[in-house]
Amino acid sequence: MNNWEFGITMLVVGMGGTLLTLWIFSLLMSALKKIFPYQEEQIDKVQ
Amino acid sequence: MLEAITGGMYGLIAGFVHLHWSNPIMIAIGCLLLYLGIKKGFEPLLLVPIGFGAILVNIPLAGLMEEGGFLKIIYDAGVLTELFPLLIFVGIGAMTDFGPLLENPKIFLLGAAGQFGIFLTLALALILGFDQKDAVAIGIIGACDGPTAIYVTSQYAPHLLGAVSVAAYSYMSLVPVIQPPIMKVLTSKEERMINMGAVKQSVSKTTKMLFPIIVTLVGGIIAPKGLPLLGTIMLGNLMKESEAVPRLTNASQNEIANIVTLLLGISIGATMDGRVFLKVQTLIVLALGFLAICFDTACGILFGKLMKVLTGGKVNPLIGAAGISAYPMSARVVQREGQKYNPKNYLLMHAMGANTGGQVGSVMAAAVMLSVLKALGII
Repeated sequence: MNNWEFGITMLVVGMGGTLLTLWIFSLLMSALKKIFPYQEEQIDKVQ
Repeated sequence: MLEAITGGMYGLIAGFVHLHWSNPIMIAIGCLLLYLGIKKGFEPLLLVPIGFGAILVNIPLAGLMEEGGFLKIIYDAGVLTELFPLLIFVGIGAMTDFGPLLENPKIFLLGAAGQFGIFLTLALALILGFDQKDAVAIGIIGACDGPTAIYVTSQYAPHLLGAVSVAAYSYMSLVPVIQPPIMKVLTSKEERMINMGAVKQSVSKTTKMLFPIIVTLVGGIIAPKGLPLLGTIMLGNLMKESEAVPRLTNASQNEIANIVTLLLGISIGATMDGRVFLKVQTLIVLALGFLAICFDTACGILFGKLMKVLTGGKVNPLIGAAGISAYPMSARVVQREGQKYNPKNYLLMHAMGANTGGQVGSVMAAAVMLSVLKALGII
């Protein structure tokens, strides 16, 4: 693979892959926050 | 008798005789690093051992980096095996609070945008004629994350380790100088004044504990070649958040991190032998590293501007600059710059969120890069 192809591949797949992975993380964390909300945990402790 | 005395005397001046022209220059650079660390307080935990290591290795005939030399033993045991950066990551994970990031998970994307510099610099290094593995090592300076840079470079371009690590740590410590002008150029006064309000305490303990496990599983499956980096930082964080192993957490935050930082620093300094280090190539690596961090900052801010538009003006684009991994310096810079234009503005916790996102982002960028390289058959 020549340098030109390699550079473009790394830019597109590397950066795209990083963005995609972190976007997936953000979705998973948003879901986790909904599944285990902070408020309910506090109420449990009080009860 | 006279011959023996002359011979003995030669033993005392042999060091001067074998002094290469590059050695005094590198000793001066070592002293400069000591000055920056001790007097200016720039990353002293690293610059002091690196500077001293650079002085040690440039004293001729001591053989510290030859077979059996104590620096060579430390280097082989911890840097070549990639053990030191990974142990440091356990400590970083145990010290990092991902709470501000989990408060607003969309900020993860700023942590990704702050890694653009890695790939742009990689492309630039290729254009300048570096081979593919060298370009990867140079690009990784843009991760703004010393252990990640050392991990990648020690595997694929060990001859660049000195230059890459010095660039990574020096520019990390210079973030307060490098970032503000870029922030000023890329944002308007009105944007810098945007008040994002207070960060609410809305993340449950369970979420904080599940975060490192899920990131390890998902990130590891997507980019298995980076699992050592991701796994160690997340192990440290799980120990911290679970509160189940306070002794291990404490040891990771203190003893392990301190001992490994010392050994890693002195080993990096030991790679700065003048005969190998003083080359035009080193200057180019340092220049590219500088550009990488500028690109990161610029891309982070531009992404922050995009988020500002998409959220109807609720996001201050300055926090995008904290999407790089220089934790917590860049978050502090954002806070300081924001308050310059709006003294009632407290961006620190929002910037900390972006900054910890940048930490995960830099590790993921390296992991993705290594997995792509593996798939392309380059490593």
